Amino acid sequence: MSESRKPGAPGAFPGAPGRGPGRGPGGPGHGPMGMMMVPGQKAKNFKGSFRRLLGYLKPFRWKLIAVFLTAIISTVFSIVSPKLMGHATTKLFEGLMSKTGIDFAGIWQIVMTLAGLYLLSSLFSYVQQFLMAGVAQKTVYRLRQDVNAKLNRLPLKFFDSRTHGEILSRVVNDVDNISNTLQQSLTQLITSVVTLIGVVVMMLTISPLLTAILVVTIPVSFIVVKGIAARSQQYFKGQQKELGELNGHVEEMYTGHSIVKAYGHERKSVAKFNEVNERLYQAAWRAQFVSGVIMPLMNLINNIGYVLICVVGGILVTRRAIQIGDIQAFIQYARQFSMPIAQTANIANIIQSTIASAERVFELLDEPEEVPEAEDAVVLAAPQGNVKIERVRFGYTAETPLIEDMNIDVKKGQTVAIVGPTGAGKTTLVNLLMRFYEVNGGRITVDGVDITKMKRGHLRSLFGMVLQDTWLFNGTIRDNIAYGRQGATEAEVVEAAKAAHADHFIRTLPDGYDTILNEEASNLSQGQKQLLTIARAILADPAILILDEATSSVDTRTEVHIQKAMQELMKGRTSFVIAHRLSTIRDADLILVMNHGRVVEQGTHAELLAARGFYADLYNSQFAGTGAVSSAV
Amino acid sequence: MVRLFRFLKPYRWTVALVLLLVLLQSLSELYLPTLMSDIVDKGVVEGDIPYIWKIGGFMLLVTLGGTAVSVAASFFSARVSSGFGRLVRSQVFAHVETFSLQEFDKFGTASLITRTTNDINQVQQVLMMMMRLMVMAPMMCIGGIIMAVYKDATLSLTFVVILPVLAGAIWAIAGRAMPLFKAMQKKLDRLNLVLREGLTGIRVIRSFNRTEHESQRFEAANRDLMDNAVRVNQIMAFMMPVMMLVMNFSSIAIVWFGGLRIHSGAMQIGDLMAFIQYAMQIMFSVLMGSMMFVMVPRASASATRINEVLATPPVITDLPAAAADGRKADAGKRQAPGRKGTVEFDRVTFSYPGAEQPAVSDLTFTASPGEVTAIIGGTGSGKSTLLSLIPRFYDPDAGEVRIDGRNVRDMTQEELRARIGLVPQKAVLFTGTIADNIRYGKEDATEEEIRQAADIAQATEFISGMPDGFNSVIAQGGANVSGGQKQRLSIARALVRRPDIYLFDDSFSALDFKTDAKLRAALKTVTAESTVIIVAQRVSTVMDADRIIVLDEGRIVGIGKHRELLATCGVYREIVASQLSEEEIA
Repeated sequence: MSESRKPGAPGAFPGAPGRGPGRGPGGPGHGPMGMMMVPGQKAKNFKGSFRRLLGYLKPFRWKLIAVFLTAIISTVFSIVSPKLMGHATTKLFEGLMSKTGIDFAGIWQIVMTLAGLYLLSSLFSYVQQFLMAGVAQKTVYRLRQDVNAKLNRLPLKFFDSRTHGEILSRVVNDVDNISNTLQQSLTQLITSVVTLIGVVVMMLTISPLLTAILVVTIPVSFIVVKGIAARSQQYFKGQQKELGELNGHVEEMYTGHSIVKAYGHERKSVAKFNEVNERLYQAAWRAQFVSGVIMPLMNLINNIGYVLICVVGGILVTRRAIQIGDIQAFIQYARQFSMPIAQTANIANIIQSTIASAERVFELLDEPEEVPEAEDAVVLAAPQGNVKIERVRFGYTAETPLIEDMNIDVKKGQTVAIVGPTGAGKTTLVNLLMRFYEVNGGRITVDGVDITKMKRGHLRSLFGMVLQDTWLFNGTIRDNIAYGRQGATEAEVVEAAKAAHADHFIRTLPDGYDTILNEEASNLSQGQKQLLTIARAILADPAILILDEATSSVDTRTEVHIQKAMQELMKGRTSFVIAHRLSTIRDADLILVMNHGRVVEQGTHAELLAARGFYADLYNSQFAGTGAVSSAV
Repeated sequence: MVRLFRFLKPYRWTVALVLLLVLLQSLSELYLPTLMSDIVDKGVVEGDIPYIWKIGGFMLLVTLGGTAVSVAASFFSARVSSGFGRLVRSQVFAHVETFSLQEFDKFGTASLITRTTNDINQVQQVLMMMMRLMVMAPMMCIGGIIMAVYKDATLSLTFVVILPVLAGAIWAIAGRAMPLFKAMQKKLDRLNLVLREGLTGIRVIRSFNRTEHESQRFEAANRDLMDNAVRVNQIMAFMMPVMMLVMNFSSIAIVWFGGLRIHSGAMQIGDLMAFIQYAMQIMFSVLMGSMMFVMVPRASASATRINEVLATPPVITDLPAAAADGRKADAGKRQAPGRKGTVEFDRVTFSYPGAEQPAVSDLTFTASPGEVTAIIGGTGSGKSTLLSLIPRFYDPDAGEVRIDGRNVRDMTQEELRARIGLVPQKAVLFTGTIADNIRYGKEDATEEEIRQAADIAQATEFISGMPDGFNSVIAQGGANVSGGQKQRLSIARALVRRPDIYLFDDSFSALDFKTDAKLRAALKTVTAESTVIIVAQRVSTVMDADRIIVLDEGRIVGIGKHRELLATCGVYREIVASQLSEEEIA
């Protein structure tokens, strides 16, 4: 990802040699550069998305108009100058031919006019790019802000059904793509079009015959570029495919390195690599070659035009049909002429893919949002933690209902144990209680108030969560604990850490509470991370708790600490526990047994055993193993 | 970068040819303006139309020749750079495949992947550019100067002013922009980080009601990025106008001073026109050359990273004598098919490179065929490290690991590992069918053997539930099977091998209790004659082992059966106590 296109990254100098306005008299042999015909993507609704993108530019319309005007002025000035320059040459020539002496006063005047024009052209071109920098980057900034604000309003459903990479790629890569186009291609398009028209007009004023000769070369170069571009695209696709396969193989072999070694498959892996590598080579050199041929061929066509102009122009001059300076001017125009044609073709591609990017971003902006919050939201002043689930129906999709007519009544301070095999969908309940998902029917109340009548923020502040996939962010340990409550004091943070049995290990770290957690928080063990999240929940001091007891891959001593910290935390609070320990389950006021995403049974330990259902089965099948342990102790 | 170019050696003649072709191409480009000046000075001035046609035809030939040469250059440079990429890539990959886990730990898997893929691509692309453009730039520049001096030496003095101004302008602007470009990437990474954290922690953020706070973090990162981007682009906005100004002013200057030269009869009009064109060619080549300074550093960073990989020798290699020994031992094994596989640790100590304390120290024990040896201990107690010393993923610092009395260092890695069936903690599957994945353990396994292995691993049920059964394709990284299914397949892979020694590294963790129990019952029948070493977290997994080894902070603190250890080993009692209740409900 880090190697993806960066806004105006080095190497993409705005304006590689020979771009845009004000190009001076050019010698032969500088074909268009950077014409990598990489396959682009097409937008589904080009017009609509384009218009919507324009909407983002609206606040800058005056600046944009200024940009366009300066672009046009700068281009026009640069178009006029070769002809003036030609006049100077003509004056020299005439002076020489007529033997009356060269009109240096006239030439000086032309030179001064030219200097002024060039200066103005450069100035306007600078103003244009300077303004555009602001417009483009601010537009993109706003787009990113909008996307982020949108993400905050999207329901969890959206995030659960998509990979993070997919969402990130829209917010980062697609927006980046738009930024690049706004910064460079948009004004390039304008200058190209203006140059094209202006140059044709200027050429016509010099010599319609020469213009006609030049215009004939255009379709030829078009056909050549198109033909080659199509072929090279095909090869590039092939190259991309082989490269993808190769990268896939490398990734797989490296991540599975110990298995490759353990099973002695190194030689096979290398053989497969070499096979793909060979195919990549075949595709790569062809793609390189074919795309590398575009430049010389364009050059050839340009040079043929150049030669024709020299010859025909020379003959015309001897017949006194045109001036010698006109040839010089014409050669320059011919150069300025072929550039924008190649560029416009390229820009058309870029704009296509940009609109496709914009479309993906807009798609995200159009996702349905969370159900709006109630107008006159209820605020619980002193939350008790009585939770009631009444006739609740729920399913992630309409076809597969998971919960039908669920009723539970939890009083303040009680503990509910949620039990079931892995993958039984225990997070579903969390999703509903915290209103990450909406119920399909029935209602959930806290202290008698329907949760849909509360502000989401308020509702969630009643809950504290300690989940297994502990989430910590890149920052100090102190900040991570203090996340539980805004404006928590140092003393409160330390107290919470002490209550969570985390204070000790934090103090053994070299920077104590100021230790910065790295990106994956890999500088802490899994158990230590869990202790931090418990401290965070303690600091938040919620009325209701949601706990996940699963503590796999935690060493024994930390495990004991976690257990103690959780018990501390649960004191006096209503707790929903995704339970793994028998003690927790046996002592729970209510057990919810889940399987395949459904609540299959509920009741107390004794009741459920007596019912001889799924729970009893589960319990007995595991009792066999523990009997030995218990008796042994 | 230059060190990496040793791989160009097989292509040295082709590279020379490319250079020659580019030289010819530059010459043809440089020749055209001279011919044009001939048309003007001789043809136009004297009105000699046949001469104009003649020279025109000649120009056409030159440009055709130039194109042919340039196409050829493109062909050969494409082959050289792609061939170079192919060579470096296969060298790097083959080299990395010889790495032990130690080198993987050192570089990091992700970094090794980038080095083998992106970095090599980067270098390959720059090589292509170098051969085409960067070689051409100095040629055009020097050639242009020579031609210009040849046309009119005195007028060439204008270059003495123009070129330093041009180079200075590029240097001043790029010098200012470069640090900002670099900062750009950092700020983009920062924005990415904030976003990614927002996505992974979404439940926590929303439950703690900190959406606003996260939005502010995002805003700050976003604004920072924007400010930087605006600054960069505003500086870069100078680039083109300044370049254009320098070029245009030079051409005016040339026309003016050239006019004076013509007036004094020192120069002809066609020469002046050619001169202007040479001036432009020279300036463009300076511009092109300046792009080198942008591209080469990026590629050389990549090249350095590739060289690092190639310059790292694998620490674990076969002893020269081992290969010969191995063949003998192989023959011996065939003669005596009786199952062996005694694993002995003799005062083994090992520390990871750079670690302050050894991961395991002074381990001594023996695991014999037909027995189950279990290893238990907390995280970081060295369980997995112990296991990875057996297939020689690492070499101990002191002591010996022996199999059937032979030091593992005296065997070839291939011979050693052929006797081991490893089931890792994190099940790794490869792209291919389920059958392919199981067959990974034994390449010539029959279908019957594969089915049997799957049966024992309790995998048959879910495999037959899949649309294509054993021929169902596993997606990359095993994305289309669950964690428990992955574990069962990786167990089947070890089973089909029928090895002397089974190593299970906490391999049952993702299985629910019922499957776990069934699987272990089925395993007993196949592993009856093998040495089985199991690393586990759960007490219930290790309870009925023939020998339990309790590790604490890299040392053995107890060896014995369950009951013995309960009586004698404090650490073991502690572990049992902590899991007592947990064991009852999986």
